[in-house]
Amino acid sequence: MNSTPHPGLDSHEVELDRRKFFTQLGLGSLGVAAAGTLAFYYRYLSPNVLFEPSPIVNVGRTENFPTGSVTLDVDSAIYLVHIAEGFFSLSAICTHLGCMTAWKPELNMIACPCHGSRFNREGKKLAGPAPKPLPWLKLWLSDDGELMVDRSTTIPELQFLRV
Amino acid sequence: MPNRLETYFARLERTRVWKSIFRSGTGSSTLHNALAIQQNLFLHLFSTKVRKRMVSLSATWYLGTLTLGTFFILVGTGVVLMLYYHPSVPQAYSDVKDLRFVVSSGLFLRNLHRWSAHAMVFLAFAHMFRVFYRGAYRAPREFNWVVGVILLLVTLLLSYTGYLLPWDQLAFWAITVGTNISSAVPLVGDKIRFLLLGGHQVNANALLRFYVLHTVILPLSAVLFLAVHFWRIRKDGGLYVRQSEPGNAENPAQPASEEKKQS
Repeated sequence: MNSTPHPGLDSHEVELDRRKFFTQLGLGSLGVAAAGTLAFYYRYLSPNVLFEPSPIVNVGRTENFPTGSVTLDVDSAIYLVHIAEGFFSLSAICTHLGCMTAWKPELNMIACPCHGSRFNREGKKLAGPAPKPLPWLKLWLSDDGELMVDRSTTIPELQFLRV
Repeated sequence: MPNRLETYFARLERTRVWKSIFRSGTGSSTLHNALAIQQNLFLHLFSTKVRKRMVSLSATWYLGTLTLGTFFILVGTGVVLMLYYHPSVPQAYSDVKDLRFVVSSGLFLRNLHRWSAHAMVFLAFAHMFRVFYRGAYRAPREFNWVVGVILLLVTLLLSYTGYLLPWDQLAFWAITVGTNISSAVPLVGDKIRFLLLGGHQVNANALLRFYVLHTVILPLSAVLFLAVHFWRIRKDGGLYVRQSEPGNAENPAQPASEEKKQS
């Protein structure tokens, strides 16, 4: 059992004897296998195909949204806003607890019916418990000249789409 | 009559079948009593001998045992509820309604499951308060306190995952809010939410995942940690009674070095 140092070598120069080497080799390969298993199950648990509505919605032609209009699409829960600077799209889901907000033209603001959060038309919070502004969503013009919104991709605020 | 019953049991204990199952042998000596505990898979986690004070009501109010009792009720009622419940979007809600209004005794079993779940959370907290204010978490029982905290988390997760299964508005929004909380974790938050729900929305995948967590993964981990929890009671010197406080001369099991470390 006693590991004899290699002749000609000082005993404490031998830092790795055969037993230690094989122990480390064994533990190392177990570690690699564990990491592989982890990656394997991470990928298994992430579904590749989702049976959910597509995050990309076709909103329609630019002519349908006159300057100064705020349009809520209830089905896709987004706002399409057209102001002098250009077009932009906001998520209509309140950042507080996920209720659907509504545009109040008489107040000139977006209001949440659940807990009273209020936002201006750029999504900035004015009042209420919402912790964050309404996120800006990626908006672009398709080749057919229709407005497309990707609800899964947020963009920095005040990036207008000029047509 | 009791005499006849006693002789019947005495004869039963002498049969070959009985002896093959219970190997501690017959008799009422201290050794036999100890063997009866030690040679039983379920009882061997516990001490063969305890002080009377440890098992008196005033020592623990039996809060841990009561928590375990609710857990057993939950496993029993949960397994039979599984026989009528399909974890799928079109069926889940109507299955729960059927359990209430159509299935014989379904209302009773579902309500028993629900109230026991509330009771288990309450009792787990009460047990922890009791342990905390008694100081029973101190050396040498620190690790068992940690195991207890894990068991509390498992209990809360069981409670939370079960909340989605009726698939009503309450469930949907509770899980929407709860999984949004998990997405607040820095960097990996959205990924955690995605894995938990099996998608971006509380939908069919989320229902199935929460069902599997609620009926398989979390109960199994609860059983695992419960076993450790009970086994550690014995290893840490039995249930805590005041006389086993560190620094008390009455308790010889307390190593002197522990006192030095604490001062």
